[in-house]
Amino acid sequence: MNKVLINIIRFIGLILLQVLVLNNIRFGGYINPYVYILFVMMLPFAMPGWMLLLAGFGMGLVVDMFMSTPGLHAGAGVFIAFARPFVVQLATGSKEPENVSDPSLSKMGSRWWFSYTVTLVFAHHFILFFLESFSFSQFWSTLWRIIISVTFTEILILLLSLFFIDRKSR
Amino acid sequence: MYNLIRFVQKYNFILMFVLLEVLAIVMLSRSHTYHRAAISHVTNSMSGRIYRINSGITAYFSLRNVNNKLKEQNAVLLRKLSLLEARLPFSDTLNQEIIFDYLPAKVISNTIQFRNNYIMIDKGYRDGVKKDMGLISPEGVVGIIIGVSEHYSSAMSLLHKYATLSVRFLNSDQIANLHWGGGNYQFGEIVDIPTHVALQKGDTIVTSGHSFVFPEGLIIGTVEEFIPSEKGNLNTASIKFSVDFNKLRNVFIVKNFHREEQDALMKIKTNE
Repeated sequence: MNKVLINIIRFIGLILLQVLVLNNIRFGGYINPYVYILFVMMLPFAMPGWMLLLAGFGMGLVVDMFMSTPGLHAGAGVFIAFARPFVVQLATGSKEPENVSDPSLSKMGSRWWFSYTVTLVFAHHFILFFLESFSFSQFWSTLWRIIISVTFTEILILLLSLFFIDRKSR
Repeated sequence: MYNLIRFVQKYNFILMFVLLEVLAIVMLSRSHTYHRAAISHVTNSMSGRIYRINSGITAYFSLRNVNNKLKEQNAVLLRKLSLLEARLPFSDTLNQEIIFDYLPAKVISNTIQFRNNYIMIDKGYRDGVKKDMGLISPEGVVGIIIGVSEHYSSAMSLLHKYATLSVRFLNSDQIANLHWGGGNYQFGEIVDIPTHVALQKGDTIVTSGHSFVFPEGLIIGTVEEFIPSEKGNLNTASIKFSVDFNKLRNVFIVKNFHREEQDALMKIKTNE
């Protein structure tokens, strides 16, 4: 039960951080970091697939409510929930890492954590930005925005996993 | 049948992913149309409350600026009033018909960094706000109301793929349409300027009054760059918005008392 509670608190905390703080910081005009996806990244390894997908979808939908973009973040959220098992496999080699119940920086090591998060952040932003513009007409300028935003998001996610979440969940 | 069940069991993860993804895209494509889904009803009142708490705290930080701006606006309005009064033979406020009314509101959430941006304000249908009303700030045109809940409304910002505004060039009286091409929130574009109309940097652009949403002559911005067409079709121009969308706080909802009459007339015209 305790673990469920931690994930719920993390969910609320990350969403509030996203919509009240980060959405108001506009680095260089139109770059927006999206750290709320850390929630999906830190869900337990053993979570069944359908639950993971619903969690990603629900998370995106709540962010959508705040940003008046029904479906946009939900679509990107579902995608990273879907991609997560494959990324875990890619980063680890086996499907479920031994002796570790849920992914985090301290438990998985910095190299594993970096490659895991940066892949998912890129996957998320790629889907998000192209869903938003709904066309490939400005492919390169969109891709450029994706790369810059991925950089910002990844830095914030690494900082967050250093300072906040690990201490809280221990 | 058995095969079907086995198939679903084996691929349930992928199937469910596809299902949810399609659901999200359907929601998204519906939300992209001008008339958005009913979802804004629910979301407005829920997220609206949290946004208002947040804006209630952050509003204090800009009180001085807001105050100065309001003072300036007051001064301008008083000057206009005295000019107008001087022109009237006598001021009879009872018999004058008011066509446009303005309801002050506060911005509680606003974005500028996306391709499609929305503004949420703290007035809803309880205050008489309806869909398709205009939204302006002391500096100029801001957007159009697209969703209304009890205490809140959301507006499509001019910084939106589907926001088009009928505009007039102040010194030539020619009419064109303003869009926002994405990217920098300070600049919009006009792509349908007739070739015989030449513009210069700094020319003022105002609302045409053709949309029934905004009264005529509201400022929108100034010409930043005029780009004559090479093929000799329609010229384009880049427009600097007079509104700083990044600083939006105090706005007015524009109510058109003749809206229904005008709409009814349009309907008759199109039915013929």
